[in-house]
Amino acid sequence: MRYPVAVNETERAEAFYAHVAGGGKVEPDDWMPDDYRAAVLKFVEMHANSELMGVLPEREWILRAPTLRRKLALTSKVQDEVGHAQLLYRVAEDLGKSREQMLTDLLAGKTKFHNVFHYPTRSWADVGIIAWLVDAAAIVSQQALRDSSYAPYARTMKKICWEESVHIMHGRDVVLTMMNGTDAQRALVQDALDRWWGPLMQMHGPPTKPETDRDLIWKIKAKGNEQLRQEFLSIYVPRIRELGLVIPDPALAYDEAAGRWSYTEPDWDELRSVVTGHGPMSQERLEFRRTHRAQTQWVRDAIIGPVGAAA
Amino acid sequence: MGAKDKVWEVFRQEAEGDPMIHGGSVRAPDEELATHYAREFYGRRQESERLWIVPRDTIIELDDPDLLKPPFDRSFKRPGGFLIKHKLEAARIRAGATGAEPIEELGE
Repeated sequence: MRYPVAVNETERAEAFYAHVAGGGKVEPDDWMPDDYRAAVLKFVEMHANSELMGVLPEREWILRAPTLRRKLALTSKVQDEVGHAQLLYRVAEDLGKSREQMLTDLLAGKTKFHNVFHYPTRSWADVGIIAWLVDAAAIVSQQALRDSSYAPYARTMKKICWEESVHIMHGRDVVLTMMNGTDAQRALVQDALDRWWGPLMQMHGPPTKPETDRDLIWKIKAKGNEQLRQEFLSIYVPRIRELGLVIPDPALAYDEAAGRWSYTEPDWDELRSVVTGHGPMSQERLEFRRTHRAQTQWVRDAIIGPVGAAA
Repeated sequence: MGAKDKVWEVFRQEAEGDPMIHGGSVRAPDEELATHYAREFYGRRQESERLWIVPRDTIIELDDPDLLKPPFDRSFKRPGGFLIKHKLEAARIRAGATGAEPIEELGE
């Protein structure tokens, strides 16, 4: 990292923050202030948790996929998402927290995962809406993370975005197939959109003030929550409406004068409640992970030895 | 980490003849499992021609700017360090060459 050698910790931290604010990158072995390390760790850990928990709603549909090709595509997507979790836990581990501790905290409800993975899936149309629109909302923010100041995270996001683009095509294909099908199939897609729209609008989080959002100032993330939501709406509202689907928000409209989308205020109380473990499926999904972790412990013991047995 | 776990850096070659580019890292207790993980994370979509899997602790890192970006003029070590356009022009005139091809900067 290229910033002047400083004489004390304060100066060193100031030089570091000037470096990242100016677009500079940080590698795992570089010196970094504790605040920055903790902020990157929290961000990446939440992302990793979301990838790991995010496969559970889709996993439920592998056995019920309508054709062999759909089953293969969905299984492959689930494998990709678990792979993303592995890649991201690897990035987070280098910042000083062990994978075992991250899993323990997740399963104890101490750390969070994205709101959209706390909801049930009711029909095959949900699989299409999730893969198309949830992954699309995610990729809008993930593309911005390719510019993250923490370089290993930025590099990992390049690989992840490439794989996510496959998922979006898979989801859009599922939705298009159903929209070309029977009235009943079309109704299932509309029903799925009605249920997922609220969580989708909450997904990027409430608007934050750029001047106080440390993740933005330190360039851990490159774009603010509201900007990401606006980008998502600009790309996907036309693509949803052209299929004859109705977005369940009568207030949703593009304001030409303001150059932005206006919409009904998302339910931020619901978001806060859901991500703190009070969503309709939060506890059931965590319980599944706990059981799974206990059942597979013997494999990890056999391969890597008991956790904490040595440094 | 488990008792025997360690970190391995993975490099990939996208097409025959391409340079090996760092892909990321995996965590595994031995070469065999490291190879399986590397294959799953960096080769399952037929996107790699070849992988190198290297224990992180065997990598020697040099990032000292005093050695890599010394503040001296090193332009004589690069083709772009030699600006020959005007000299070539003068030399051609002196040699009496006419109708020569338009002169472009030859350096990189």
